[in-house]
Amino acid sequence: MALSNSYETPAPGFNFDNAARNAALEGLFDGGQTPKPLKTGTTIAGVVFKDGVVLGADTRATSSEVVADKMCAKIHFISPNIYCCGAGTAADTEKTTDLLSSNLTIFSLNSGRNPRVVMAVNILQDMLYRYHGQIGANLILGGVDCTGNHLYTVGPYGSVNKVPYLSMGSGDLAALGILEDGFKPDLELEPAKELVRAAIHAGIMSDLGSGSNIDICVITKQGVDYIRPYQESQYKHNRTMKYKYGPGTTPVLTEKVVPLKLEVVQETVQQMETA
Amino acid sequence: IGLRSQLKDSVPVAGFCPQGAYGVQDSLRSGFTSVKNDLIPSHPLELSEKNFQLNQDKMNFSTLRNIQGLHAPLKLQMEYRAARQIQRLPFLQSSNLALDTLRNSDECIGFEDILSDPAQSEVMGEPHMMVEYKLGLL
Repeated sequence: MALSNSYETPAPGFNFDNAARNAALEGLFDGGQTPKPLKTGTTIAGVVFKDGVVLGADTRATSSEVVADKMCAKIHFISPNIYCCGAGTAADTEKTTDLLSSNLTIFSLNSGRNPRVVMAVNILQDMLYRYHGQIGANLILGGVDCTGNHLYTVGPYGSVNKVPYLSMGSGDLAALGILEDGFKPDLELEPAKELVRAAIHAGIMSDLGSGSNIDICVITKQGVDYIRPYQESQYKHNRTMKYKYGPGTTPVLTEKVVPLKLEVVQETVQQMETA
Repeated sequence: IGLRSQLKDSVPVAGFCPQGAYGVQDSLRSGFTSVKNDLIPSHPLELSEKNFQLNQDKMNFSTLRNIQGLHAPLKLQMEYRAARQIQRLPFLQSSNLALDTLRNSDECIGFEDILSDPAQSEVMGEPHMMVEYKLGLL
């Protein structure tokens, strides 16, 4: 099908043709019932300890007041030594971290080196600033590279902070309280994991947008330990009955059989090699 | 063509700066004008995204000029202009390999490589009209 009224092929990338239509539609629904994007309404936290970085996240994804996903993965893989927790609009964090991971893979294939955390942060910062906050992604990047253990946060408008411990998402205030109380520089592995777990747990208990299980990701120079789930929710619902229906549940009212008339058009015989 | 003259300083709005010949609204191709079309706002990113590549190039070239002198951007722009001419006919998708290599976008992946990729578009422009438009005969 040929478009007869365009002189140039449409530009690649984002397409803003529907912006005017959406603005008009919003005026039609009094009370704004346009579909809400899937937000992660999250608690994510990260702590730098002696040998590396511990990242933690809850696993609930909400779509306004409904829990859309009880077991979503918020800790995304960026490169073998860098992982990223994402809060905000779920699709935005997914796609942005995927693009970042692809870019860093291309870089490490070209140069033969493991990417550094600052590179990931710079790429993210440029990308998010270019879109002036329209991409709703609050990210915590943690990783270990040749220069040490790093923990950064990147906001949706491109702001960057380098900190030893932090939390983001709707449950960040509750988690930050626990982190502020329990953080010490140069923690050991087990106390660090326990601190992050307690912080996410506080977020889950105190915030409606966070819930379900806790995922923990430990990144050290030796490798990555992605524990999913680290702690299961105590309110897990066990299905009490099976929802499969046996054959015969639905009564058959009528049955009509129409045989397909097939005629042989062409017949070819190919001998098989049975030697 | 200088970079400044290529910058689009407005999203085309029906009624103002119509694109027909002699500055009159081209009813045959773009339809009738409508005041309502002018009042509905466009997306805040539309303009900055349209000009993004051009603005980046401008910034990079002016930095290069300040550091290395006028010859550096001149030579690079000559290469850009040569690379930009290696194209298929307008209704077919060109790979732009030379241009990508110059811009270093063959080693980066961004939203423009994933979303609405022109190589995978479902509709195609009318070949005769697009060639005539490109040659300025329309």
